[in-house]
Amino acid sequence: MPRLRWIGLLAGLLLASAPVAAQTTLRVGLAEDPDVLDPTLARTYVGRIVFASLCDKLFDIDDGLNIQPQLALSHATSEDGKTVTIKLRQGVKFHDGTAMDAAAVKGSLERHMSMQGSFRKPELAAVDKVEVTDPSTVLLHLKNPFSPLIAQLADRAGMILSPKAIAEEGDKFGLKPVCAGPFKFVERVQQDRIVLEKFADYWNAQNVHVDRVVFRPIVESTVRLANLKSGSLDLIERALATDLKEIKADPKLKLATQIEIGYQGLTLNLANGEAGKNGPFGKDPRVRQALEAAIDRKALTEVVFNGEYLPGNQWVSPKSAYFQQKFPVPGRDVAKAKKLLAEAGVATPVSVDFMVPNNPESRQAAEVIQAMAQEAGFDLKIRVTEFATSLNEAEQGRFQAYFIGWSGRIDPDGNSYIFFKCNAPQNNGHFCNKDVDQGLDNARQVNKPEERKAIYEKIADKVLKEGSIIYLYHRLVIIAHSNKLEGYHQLPDGLVRFVGVKLKP
Amino acid sequence: MLLFLGKRLLQLVPTLFFVSLIIFSLQQLLPGDPALAMAGEERDPAVLEQIRRQYRLDQPLYVQYVYWVGGVLSGNLGESMRLKEPVLTLITQKFPVTLQLALMAIVISLLIGVSAGVISAVKKDTPVDYAVNLVALWGISTPNFWLGIMLIFLFAVYLGWLPASGYVGPFEDFWLSLKTTILPAFVLGNSFAAVLMRHTRSAMLQAMSSDYVRTARAKGLAERKVVLKHAMRNALTPVVTLGALELGTLLSGAVLTEQVFSIPGFGKLIVDSVFNRDYAVVQGVTLVTASTYILLNLLADIAYVFINPRLRS
Repeated sequence: MPRLRWIGLLAGLLLASAPVAAQTTLRVGLAEDPDVLDPTLARTYVGRIVFASLCDKLFDIDDGLNIQPQLALSHATSEDGKTVTIKLRQGVKFHDGTAMDAAAVKGSLERHMSMQGSFRKPELAAVDKVEVTDPSTVLLHLKNPFSPLIAQLADRAGMILSPKAIAEEGDKFGLKPVCAGPFKFVERVQQDRIVLEKFADYWNAQNVHVDRVVFRPIVESTVRLANLKSGSLDLIERALATDLKEIKADPKLKLATQIEIGYQGLTLNLANGEAGKNGPFGKDPRVRQALEAAIDRKALTEVVFNGEYLPGNQWVSPKSAYFQQKFPVPGRDVAKAKKLLAEAGVATPVSVDFMVPNNPESRQAAEVIQAMAQEAGFDLKIRVTEFATSLNEAEQGRFQAYFIGWSGRIDPDGNSYIFFKCNAPQNNGHFCNKDVDQGLDNARQVNKPEERKAIYEKIADKVLKEGSIIYLYHRLVIIAHSNKLEGYHQLPDGLVRFVGVKLKP
Repeated sequence: MLLFLGKRLLQLVPTLFFVSLIIFSLQQLLPGDPALAMAGEERDPAVLEQIRRQYRLDQPLYVQYVYWVGGVLSGNLGESMRLKEPVLTLITQKFPVTLQLALMAIVISLLIGVSAGVISAVKKDTPVDYAVNLVALWGISTPNFWLGIMLIFLFAVYLGWLPASGYVGPFEDFWLSLKTTILPAFVLGNSFAAVLMRHTRSAMLQAMSSDYVRTARAKGLAERKVVLKHAMRNALTPVVTLGALELGTLLSGAVLTEQVFSIPGFGKLIVDSVFNRDYAVVQGVTLVTASTYILLNLLADIAYVFINPRLRS
């Protein structure tokens, strides 16, 4: 009998020490520290990366930027384009256990639309009111037809927050966000880490294979990569194009890349303040065309970015369905540039105050552009300016050319309307054309992509010749990760999504 | 003594007032619009207007100053525009990190700097002295930024002994905390160790040629005792003062080192806040740093009075 007891005890001990599935923690290196984690008040690109794990949206996107269901199952727009019916996924819970239903959607959208300091207000400006018809159906009544609306709802404006948390936390929601994403918030130490853990009641929990996600902001790209190589991180975002060779050579690392939905370009001051009115670009569009002809986009991307970035000449990349094939990316033509300057009757060298934000990539690209432009008769005087100051200078019109980009939006409207429309907030060059304005409004009112593309073609015809932006290239979204990470797939918006991803021990 | 203390404390009031005024005024010289910097890509005029109103950026400067000082006097340093966190919370989060890093850096620099200085002085004009001087010169002239990245590659990537960057608190995991802070502390301590070495060496050389050392040697004391008990003790006084001053500087944050090693301390906080024009945080951190300096200065004055009774009159 005592022997049996011993055997039983031993068996018990063995069972107790049987391997238990280890907790998997995915460590992610971010290029910056995100701002407040409140989808209504957030405004940074890096914040959207964290939200992709924390807060599900009504809709998401796929590789081709097509709208996919997330918290919503479907959407339908009425004949007159002024009512959008959204059917919601049922049985979805927020991280606090409360139900994600039509009332919660109404509460979140109304918060986005009315809260003081909300950055979502302009994105949802077309929405007049939100109506709940049943627990899983929401009607959005619009002031005017607005085709980019669903794309807006596939970003922060479509993130649905727990009504209970909104009521309890108010404008402090971002310190302890409660949403309906695959991971729930655990803690945040500013500038050090954001910790999320798997949400067991997530609607798609069977495809979440990681227990915890830790985001760590590491500003220095070299250090970020060193952390990945040493195994302190499992994934880093925004690796440098110049580091691609090193990453490819490391058998322990893998790459996931996509061409961005944004662009980099030169904003020219046509009529903003004295610098614009008295500057070279506002006088004659041929000066602008001459500068464009002087730039070799392919050489620029090859010299500065090892040929990894994609040359472009429009507000969407050549890979986009909205890229206008009628206006292909032009090559360099110095003779044409000189001819255009002569026709415009400007004295050469054309002196240009060229404002460049203070970061190594922009500075290098600006120097290459300067050298190319010089051969055609331009004297670009580079003025390296700290980023926040440059925003202010651009707003005030204290520049003639400004090297700046845009992170991009899913819908082409997000890359064009606020830059081209007369007096629009991002129209720093003060380009203004009534036909373009009309076209931009028309493109918002039709839903069929081919009809919209036809409208954008007319806009491109005007804007690419006379507009205030010379588009140069589209960056590569570069995600590097450990080969222990399986199933990672990159989408063009640059965000990192961990549903379906596995981390081998 | 009480009268002295009272006088010094009274002097603090105008000093702190001027400090607050200078901090506030200097910040206004920063170019750029905080609302625009905060909005970044999302600059809608109506939203910008709301931000300006919400943070009183549309008010005259003196009104903004009065609100800020009023808040400070009631223990409220304001709220970060970017993070929506109270500035006081951010400061209490960051200060222990910076303190740990600063203390470790000082200990490392004292250990290396003082011992190297003493050895160099004792072995004056020998190959050992030349070698120590050469290493010190290297220490002074090596940029922290470069050294930090090199050490990360050596110890984290190639050898795999230490984490590449990041921070863990000592109460969370002591050994891991030591592992995450040893490299940044060494980088910070390294350049100061070189300065300390030079000072220790010259102070030691002076002490070694003084009468009391000669007397100690004449008494037949062992050279080890002469150096360590007599010469070094006297030579260390200026070195300790130098260390205390350096500690003050380190407490205000080591920007580059914190950036390279992703240490969430004061330096990183203030740099991020300046770039984002997060005025409340910049003002709060600067005020706390300045007040710490002033307080340390006061404590030093009090300590002198205790040590030297002649000053009490």
